[in-house]
Amino acid sequence: MSEYILCLVLFCIGLYCVLRKRNIIKIVIGLGIIEYAVNLFFVLIGYRMHGRAPILAKDQVISNMVDPLPQALVLTSIVIGLAVTALIVAIAIRIYEKYGTFDITKIRRLKG
Amino acid sequence: MRILPFFVIIPLGTAFLISLFGKRIKNFADLLANLGTLSLLVFSLYSISKVFTHKILVYIVGGWIPPIGICMVLDGLSSFMLVTVNLVSFLVALYSISYMQRYTDKPKFYTLFMLMLAGMNGIIVTGDLFNLFVFLEIASIASYALVAFGTEAEELEASFKYAVMGSVASSFVLLGIALLYSYTSTLNMADISLTLSNKSNGMIVNFITVLFLAGFGLKAALVPFHAWLPDAHPSAPASISAMLSGVFIKTLGIYALCRILFNILGLSHQIFFILIILGIISMIVGALLAIAQADIKRMFAYSSISQVGYIIFALGIGTPLAILGGLFHLFNHAIFKSLLFLDSGSIEYSTNTRDLKRLGGLNARLPITGVTSLFGSMSISGIPPLAGFWSKLIIIIAAIQAGYFGTATVAILVSIITLAYYLKFLGFAFFGKLNETWFKIKEVPWTMRLSMIVLAVICVVSGLLIMPLFKPFLQSAVNVLLLGKGYKEAVFAALR
Repeated sequence: MSEYILCLVLFCIGLYCVLRKRNIIKIVIGLGIIEYAVNLFFVLIGYRMHGRAPILAKDQVISNMVDPLPQALVLTSIVIGLAVTALIVAIAIRIYEKYGTFDITKIRRLKG
Repeated sequence: MRILPFFVIIPLGTAFLISLFGKRIKNFADLLANLGTLSLLVFSLYSISKVFTHKILVYIVGGWIPPIGICMVLDGLSSFMLVTVNLVSFLVALYSISYMQRYTDKPKFYTLFMLMLAGMNGIIVTGDLFNLFVFLEIASIASYALVAFGTEAEELEASFKYAVMGSVASSFVLLGIALLYSYTSTLNMADISLTLSNKSNGMIVNFITVLFLAGFGLKAALVPFHAWLPDAHPSAPASISAMLSGVFIKTLGIYALCRILFNILGLSHQIFFILIILGIISMIVGALLAIAQADIKRMFAYSSISQVGYIIFALGIGTPLAILGGLFHLFNHAIFKSLLFLDSGSIEYSTNTRDLKRLGGLNARLPITGVTSLFGSMSISGIPPLAGFWSKLIIIIAAIQAGYFGTATVAILVSIITLAYYLKFLGFAFFGKLNETWFKIKEVPWTMRLSMIVLAVICVVSGLLIMPLFKPFLQSAVNVLLLGKGYKEAVFAALR
């Protein structure tokens, strides 16, 4: 039980980073922490007590394997996170070329 | 039922072909993108007839039997959304042939556009919850890149804000899916519904509902989660603003929310009440902030927030007439909001500005744009006999029938405020004396004119959708939502 609570605490740490940090790169890192927290939570859901790796061999019995489905889903989710991170970092680099700063309090031309 | 995967295959295939060959062969990107969207439109219209004969169609992907495998489901609501999305995307792709000449890289634009379309179509046809998340992310990432397409300073800032907020929302959705999987051990939508009705709903289902409301609510731009929309929609190229405001926020936000809340998780009184409150606040905030804007597209963006508030308010009332009104308003808003954004694009194409204070009297030089803007604005404000009047009338009548007198009054007042700011737009931009700087501008090219004229015509005739001849189109969508948790029986019956 405690590991799930810690995953949610990690999510909240990432969320705090996205909300309160002023540097764009720190916001991107916070977004990465949020993604790691959700992926970790998803993998931990698949754990079964005294389970072993979900590899099917001839004489093994299925009932004491951990759940393999969350592992497959998290692979997809990690790749999605990679794509988002790559795009956001590219946008952040272009923002630095246009605005000359990484400070989000100075990147505020759109208002109202 | 074999046409179902084509809704995803065609846009994905064209996206990859355009990215490979778009630069080498001249006009290849335009031709292939428009052929692709036209074929999707034909398939969606064909799917309506299929849904009339069999009520629900299921396609099993790869031969893996659900609930282990992924299935694609076509029912009334899916075919309704497919027609909306593909109709608007065909007309926007037609418009982009001329409009995107001003931007640098047209093949890349069409690649991202078809990827976004593949994501949206995938969300509509899928019957599996994690598959919904994957298509949601495909569409979202393509839209983050498309908002930043012009790579000016403001566009990059808007895209960054949108990307960060959209990613946090997607993480909320993924967290909700993880919790739902841990509670029900299955990912197929019909199977989750079956498992939830066998177990009693614990506290966790309420938490999951709130997570989905937050995640999909941000994609739909409901009011506490709307802050990305007024920056992202003006900064995008006009075709992308039309797609984002017209179909994207409705597919990713409203359709996904409806499918999950009505068919899978089931609704209670509190959730209906929350939807009504979110709808009312969105209506009021969107309308009040729209009056103060001087930039055309920013005003339209706030107006989108307000109209999405109408749709969510109608869905929150929950009676059959209200859901009919809500879905009809969804279709209408897709048509006239994309028309208005395409009009603002043509104003920008001709005059290179979007500031209302500098425009004036354009009706003399841009007659087609003026007439279509007039139709679009009158329709969205609810002037009879255009389409927007009928959908708003149905929503307000349904609200009064259900006993929500105060909120119906608020809806009528917001409609009057909507008329006010659209009259401000028309008065400043088109009527009045022609500003000297604009003496030499010409009307926009024929592809742009054709899209705007077709959308304006649809604006006028889609009021006929309520007539008994065409009402089954909407009614089959309404019946799916009213079926509620009966969705699972329908899917399992179709699987056998």
